[in-house]
Amino acid sequence: MILLDCPHCGPRDANEFHYGGQAGISYPTGETSDEEWAAYVFMRDNPKGWFHERWFHVHGCRTWFTVERHTVTHEMRDSR
Amino acid sequence: MTHPDFLWRNPDPRPAYDVVIVGGGGHGLATAYYLAKNHGITNVAVLERGWLAGGNMARNTTIIRSNYLWDESAAIYEHSLKLWEGLSAELDYDLQFSQRGVLNLAHNLGDVREGRRRVNANRLNGVDAEWLEPDEVKKFCPIINVSGRARYPVMGATLQRRGGIAKHDHVAWALARKADAYGVDLIQGCEVTGFEIAGNRVVAVRTSRGRIAAGKVALAAAGHTSVLAAQAGIRLPLQSHPLQALVSELLEPVLDCVVMSNAVHVYVSQAHKGELVMGAGIDAYNSYGQRGDVQVIEAQMAAALELFPVFSRVRVLRTWAGIVDVSPDASPVIGRTPVDGLYVNAGWGTGGFKATPGSGWVYAHTIAHERPHPLAEPFALERFTTGALIDEHGAAAVAH
Repeated sequence: MILLDCPHCGPRDANEFHYGGQAGISYPTGETSDEEWAAYVFMRDNPKGWFHERWFHVHGCRTWFTVERHTVTHEMRDSR
Repeated sequence: MTHPDFLWRNPDPRPAYDVVIVGGGGHGLATAYYLAKNHGITNVAVLERGWLAGGNMARNTTIIRSNYLWDESAAIYEHSLKLWEGLSAELDYDLQFSQRGVLNLAHNLGDVREGRRRVNANRLNGVDAEWLEPDEVKKFCPIINVSGRARYPVMGATLQRRGGIAKHDHVAWALARKADAYGVDLIQGCEVTGFEIAGNRVVAVRTSRGRIAAGKVALAAAGHTSVLAAQAGIRLPLQSHPLQALVSELLEPVLDCVVMSNAVHVYVSQAHKGELVMGAGIDAYNSYGQRGDVQVIEAQMAAALELFPVFSRVRVLRTWAGIVDVSPDASPVIGRTPVDGLYVNAGWGTGGFKATPGSGWVYAHTIAHERPHPLAEPFALERFTTGALIDEHGAAAVAH
């Protein structure tokens, strides 16, 4: 079971959260080619290791936050 | 059937091959087999980081069906099912392929409409499909609870009688044995650590057992495909997640079909040996950890108990997770990559086992002819740019 450190509520069981995927995906600005648009919509990093990702505390403070999590060990750091 | 001592050689890698397949699971082995059998290409190595068929091929719930919604999916999965129907004889090995029928249950009006639509879509595509009313479901699967008082009552089901299960280990062993007999080198304990690319063409793979020159390189590494592709500078629209399964203690024969429920979310069958084999959806977050969260198991067992009150005192023997590669439209990615000579077969998500022979068939053709097999063409990477997605979330039958 993953224990997530919500920046507002403290450590909570992953059951309380909704997963939001990779963090820091920004909306493309200006003229966008089909390839750039496809990359924005569909392409995400999928590392075996440290991953910046978004979580939503759906059964708590209902706030989105960012965590750095290791995708093999589930070690967490840098919740904010 | 007893397991013979040696089904394949265990060779050291040679310096060069016409085709190097990365991944010694079901799809990699099937690809090697059909490269040899259908295309006469036998100077082939299958490189496996661990041991043959020790990844998802050893972790799946062995369900085989072809009742997919869209034409492109129905075509490739039905091709696969037709291959399954002759595969035991062809490979001269009892795969324990058992066409006991697959039920997909409907629990609300939306499910009923979707199920009826899928039956019609399947029939138009030459895939056998029937719609069963609740009393017919009960007749087909007597231990199922079809009471109208259930929280999620069974309001009907689709039935594919030609669907069923096979013995996954036997499938891998049989394919490995035949590929080996054609001269394919199956190399275990050999991790690919990088690719050599000259101009825009792959010329070799770097491995934990040295450099291996390759005319063509074919990825077939399921959940780890992104990691490999990144070493070749390629980004794929895939996310890797744990998919959990579990088995119960051994029971007397009690369930002689496959039951899947997308709404309450469990799929269950009884293995030949007697254990109930159950699965559900993926864990939501990315992971390569080969384990998942217990709430997923709790939810699937709660669903199973509502459908089968008779299982209430059955004990769980063990649980495990495989790492599946999920694509945005719940359909696989098969074909060429931006690097010449480098091919990808990935994104099967939760449904790769049933596709094993079909996947190998079209992938081998794609590699041999350097252009997609007609059944694979719609599944090319380009669809994420053109927008011609094959949105199979419903008929994938498992939450992606």
